[in-house]
Amino acid sequence: MSRPLLEVEHLTIRFGGLVAVNDVSFAAQDRQITAVIGPNGAGKTTVFNCLTGFYKPTVGRMRLLHAATGREFLLERMEGFRIAAEAHVARTFQNIRLFPKMTVLENLIVAQHNTLMRASGYTVLGLFGYRGYKRAEAAAIDRAKYWLDRTGLTERADDAAEGLPYGGQRRLEIARAMCTEPVMLCLDEPAAGLNPRESEELNALLRFIRDEHEIGVLLIEHDMSVVMEISDHIIVLDYGKKIADGTPAEIRNDPAVIRAYLGEPEEAA
Amino acid sequence: MQDSFSYFFNQLISGISLGFVYGLIAIGYTMVYGIVGMINFAHGEIFMIGAFVALIAFFIMDAIGIGWVPVAIVAMLLLSMVINAAYGWTLERVAYRPLRGSTRLAPLITAIGMSIFLQNYVQLLQGARPRPLRPLIPGGIELWTVKTPDNTDYTVQISYMELMIIVITVVLMAAFTYVITRTPLGRAQRACEQDQKMAALLGINVNGTIAATFVLAAVLAAVAGLIYTLRYGSIDFFIGFLAGVKAFTAAVLGGIGSLPGAMLGGVLIGLIETFFAGYAERGSEYKDVAVFMVLVVVLIFRPTGLLGKPDIEKV
Repeated sequence: MSRPLLEVEHLTIRFGGLVAVNDVSFAAQDRQITAVIGPNGAGKTTVFNCLTGFYKPTVGRMRLLHAATGREFLLERMEGFRIAAEAHVARTFQNIRLFPKMTVLENLIVAQHNTLMRASGYTVLGLFGYRGYKRAEAAAIDRAKYWLDRTGLTERADDAAEGLPYGGQRRLEIARAMCTEPVMLCLDEPAAGLNPRESEELNALLRFIRDEHEIGVLLIEHDMSVVMEISDHIIVLDYGKKIADGTPAEIRNDPAVIRAYLGEPEEAA
Repeated sequence: MQDSFSYFFNQLISGISLGFVYGLIAIGYTMVYGIVGMINFAHGEIFMIGAFVALIAFFIMDAIGIGWVPVAIVAMLLLSMVINAAYGWTLERVAYRPLRGSTRLAPLITAIGMSIFLQNYVQLLQGARPRPLRPLIPGGIELWTVKTPDNTDYTVQISYMELMIIVITVVLMAAFTYVITRTPLGRAQRACEQDQKMAALLGINVNGTIAATFVLAAVLAAVAGLIYTLRYGSIDFFIGFLAGVKAFTAAVLGGIGSLPGAMLGGVLIGLIETFFAGYAERGSEYKDVAVFMVLVVVLIFRPTGLLGKPDIEKV
């Protein structure tokens, strides 16, 4: 097996006396959807916050590998915005965080900020109509259009993001994350609040991202129909500890997991 | 007595050009407020430094024998913009960035501290006496002539100075609007304004963007400083205070956080001030009172300012 995209080793996060995440180690692969599940308060979002630089871990190492270049990044040592800009980790939120006053298209363009900033000579050259910037801008718009098309938002491109319906905002968040050209996409409960049809579309979109864009997807999700259907690999957390790690079939029958989910096998299945 | 329309017209032009000065400073207040949510009370001093740098630039040009006015003015403009950018950047780096994430009051207090510091710093370096500058742009375009009752001619004109002020400001505002709406930097600024953490997650350097905002604000203040120097022909270390307070008033009047609002507020304040001074009895003594009265009235009836949008609490 090739070296994993992400290796998390002995990750521990304490807030004062509270141990939110306790010695969790796991790996996530390229071209796979890795789901992180567990009851409320298990520490799933805290792990995400660590991976994306919101929190610094108390103990532990998070190593991200760019397979194409062989470059390694130690995420725990990086400043927040560099994790996105250099290590190319993107994320979405449980409670949607779009730029509400910008248009849908602008939300996707702003996600390509660093590429455009470089191409425009930090805006200065761009002001004088520098050709390289024009090209980069056109490419950025093309990429945005591609994702608008994929997420079915083309019609709404010039509307303010806050005007989109809930499901549209969710899809836009994923589109925006993809516009940063991530190697790893972290999704925090993307199916929350979606109706069954939308949730089906989401599954298709995530599979498409995994298969066509060949990146690793890390997914926190409560909706087991989503998790069991699309995950390649599942990690189960409970009270900050990892209690299981395996394929959906293994997890479904894991006694520790069934116990954590209130001893009700239907819940886990 | 002059023809009343001619008098009105003169006041109008003078009010607009004064308003543009306030507007340029007000944009700095409103932009910084938008992105970091603080009032940069040292911004008036940045404007004052811009005025001084412009003056010094002129003396340098004069000393090396380049007295031709257009060249001198361009040099003044460029030098004051560059030096002011450095001041704006340093101010943010030294006084505000270390306090980011602390209580809301802390940067406000350092802002006031920086304001006092910069005033005294310029007073020490440049002296407390007003520094004069001879009028660089005499003359104007004669529009029409009216007979005054005692049968002398009175010529209504737009001075070249006022014309230049209006042209510079309009060009600058157009460029500035372009930067904010169409460039990566402008988009990053708007993104940081709406959600700094999310902006960072998309790889935007938030600290860098905030620094760039201070630099832009300082550059606009430099232009305002240059215009002020040319318009009044005399500056001292204390001009930043009143101009700063009025520009702040303009920003609040237009709706703090709104860029067109800042310009609108600036022009309104300039017009109110000029018209009050021109028409009311003993108006020129009370013109500042008139300005702040209008602010009070607007805030009572429209607390978010003229173009400001009310903050809707998120659910």
